[in-house]
Amino acid sequence: MRLERRETVPLTLVATAPLAAVVAALVLAAGLIAAAGVNPLAAYGEMLRGAFGSRLSLTEMLTRATPLILTGLAAAVAFRARLWNIGGEGQFFMGALATAWIGHSLALPGLLGMAVLMICGMAAGALLLAGPAFLRLRFGVDEVVTTLLLNFIVILFVGLMIEGPLRDPLAFGWPQSVPVDSAYRLADLVPRTRLHMGLLVALAAAGVVWLVLTRTVFGVETRAAGLNARAAAFAGISLPRTIMGVALLSGALAGLAGAIEVMGVTGGVTTTMSPGFGYAGIVVAMLAALHPAGVVAAAVFVATVFVGADAMSRATGVPSFIADVIVALSLLTMLVALLFTTYRVRR
Amino acid sequence: MIEALDLLMSESLWAAVLRIATPLIFGVLGALLCERSGVLNLGIEGIMTMGAMTGWLTVYLGGDLWMGLVIAALAGALMGLLHAGLTVPLGLSQHVSGLGITLFASALAYYLYRLIVEVGETPPTIEPFRPYAVPVLSDIPVLGPVLFTQTAPTYLALVTVAVLAYVLARTPLGLAIRMTGENPHAVEAQGLNPNALRVGAVVAGSALMGLGGAFLTTAAFNSFFPEMVQGRGWICIALVVFASWQPGKALVGALLFAFFDAYQLRLQTVVEGVPYQLFLMAPYVLSIVALILVARRAEVPEALMAPYRRGER
Repeated sequence: MRLERRETVPLTLVATAPLAAVVAALVLAAGLIAAAGVNPLAAYGEMLRGAFGSRLSLTEMLTRATPLILTGLAAAVAFRARLWNIGGEGQFFMGALATAWIGHSLALPGLLGMAVLMICGMAAGALLLAGPAFLRLRFGVDEVVTTLLLNFIVILFVGLMIEGPLRDPLAFGWPQSVPVDSAYRLADLVPRTRLHMGLLVALAAAGVVWLVLTRTVFGVETRAAGLNARAAAFAGISLPRTIMGVALLSGALAGLAGAIEVMGVTGGVTTTMSPGFGYAGIVVAMLAALHPAGVVAAAVFVATVFVGADAMSRATGVPSFIADVIVALSLLTMLVALLFTTYRVRR
Repeated sequence: MIEALDLLMSESLWAAVLRIATPLIFGVLGALLCERSGVLNLGIEGIMTMGAMTGWLTVYLGGDLWMGLVIAALAGALMGLLHAGLTVPLGLSQHVSGLGITLFASALAYYLYRLIVEVGETPPTIEPFRPYAVPVLSDIPVLGPVLFTQTAPTYLALVTVAVLAYVLARTPLGLAIRMTGENPHAVEAQGLNPNALRVGAVVAGSALMGLGGAFLTTAAFNSFFPEMVQGRGWICIALVVFASWQPGKALVGALLFAFFDAYQLRLQTVVEGVPYQLFLMAPYVLSIVALILVARRAEVPEALMAPYRRGER
């Protein structure tokens, strides 16, 4: 048996790969749920009910999916150009911190102020990734390690800021940053739930990214840089410029996720406000086969698993860490599924 | 200022250096072995978490400490086999597979821990490795307490450095592993199987990473809790580059890093008015600085991250 590269990749195969990957991950995780003494089918039923069963659970799921769409886009944009941005978590926090800091004392009319704050969040995220991108281009330092290490540095920095200069004096000693002015809080999308207008911003971002990647010269250049950097350079594409552009876009998307989470959900910044949005974004991007439209669907899947697992854990006693196991497994199974879209098995 | 210098003279600082370095030594040697064969193993952070959990759990469930280390190494090897299976015969992206292994191994470790252990207000504890004073040698002033009054896994880590350095540099097996990382086609031409060598190196390297994790729960601390590996795996990946893929230099790198870590912990207590987070950041910042310093002259294994498929260039 050997692997043979397919001449063309049928679209149906690309579309079924994530489904197959998710099913495989759920089957594998079923063994672990059974080990907890719970019927896996019943557990998955609870999970679905926990994410879709009521108006409240559905909006909670979509609230969770909102930042995941953006961090997923951030990873997808970067990975397409083979820029390994693993720092989505740090960029998320920098975006959140910048938004809370500036949004606390900003004096602009509501909508304009919101736009300014989102831009600030994006700038903070973009700047954070510009560093590792510069180090790679100038000194050849691998960006995987630098972006990963920056996540730890940023979390400590956030802790420093919210216990120091940005401390909220009204939070009764609870370490939390000052909140954004109430004029800049995003309105509820569905009344009396936590779901906010940020979902529309995230969807719009997915549309814009799709346009940029498919309809602009920059989009073609990023694809070329990712597929074959040497050939791209030979074709006259400036690799440093493309990589830096990708870094700014990717960091901005993750920063926007932080900005929107602050303006829509938390108001201020805490070190625990992200249950790993940045890392989960990598899984979202991979499940989407790095496609912007797929990112939205994949973010909904990951949010379903996380929100559903909490409800399932309460109902059945299966530890909610099962959500992380399922999400991680689906990343690994998706990798294998992607292999079969580009290769076929020959005897 | 004087106090900050006084700290450098304390035996406890230097004893702490070796203790803090131990998990890094195991981790960096494991990552180095993988990379020397041509496979980047970003699963390290999760594999260390897995080793920390399984090592601790074995002892908690009644096994002895050495059994804990063995189980941790086996758990690490198993995760390594998964990474190797995905990246070597299947040739999948080593970056993505490694991150996937990290996410999977940590999630699985937390899940199994919660499943098996009743966790109340504080995590349950075990009786960890005690420092062992080597007879005679531990009586040497200064050197004795620093070098020869450590826990058993620390001595094991130091022995492993020597063994790995010898195997890589002086044995046919080591030569074959190094050649696989440089030019797998040449290995094939010698009648050896490059992919088998890679799988073996990744499995063995991951077992070492598992030991590094187990040190945290069976010697440095006595309990397991989430997020306890704290980026040590990523620091090991940086240290491999810093050490130019040489076991000896890897030891130096780990000790240097551990020195700064031990020193910043103690500095926090004497320097006032500086937020403690700045001290905690120092090790991560230093790792990045070290990477920048060596990046230009790094001698990366030629075939690192290049999957080998027979007959395909």
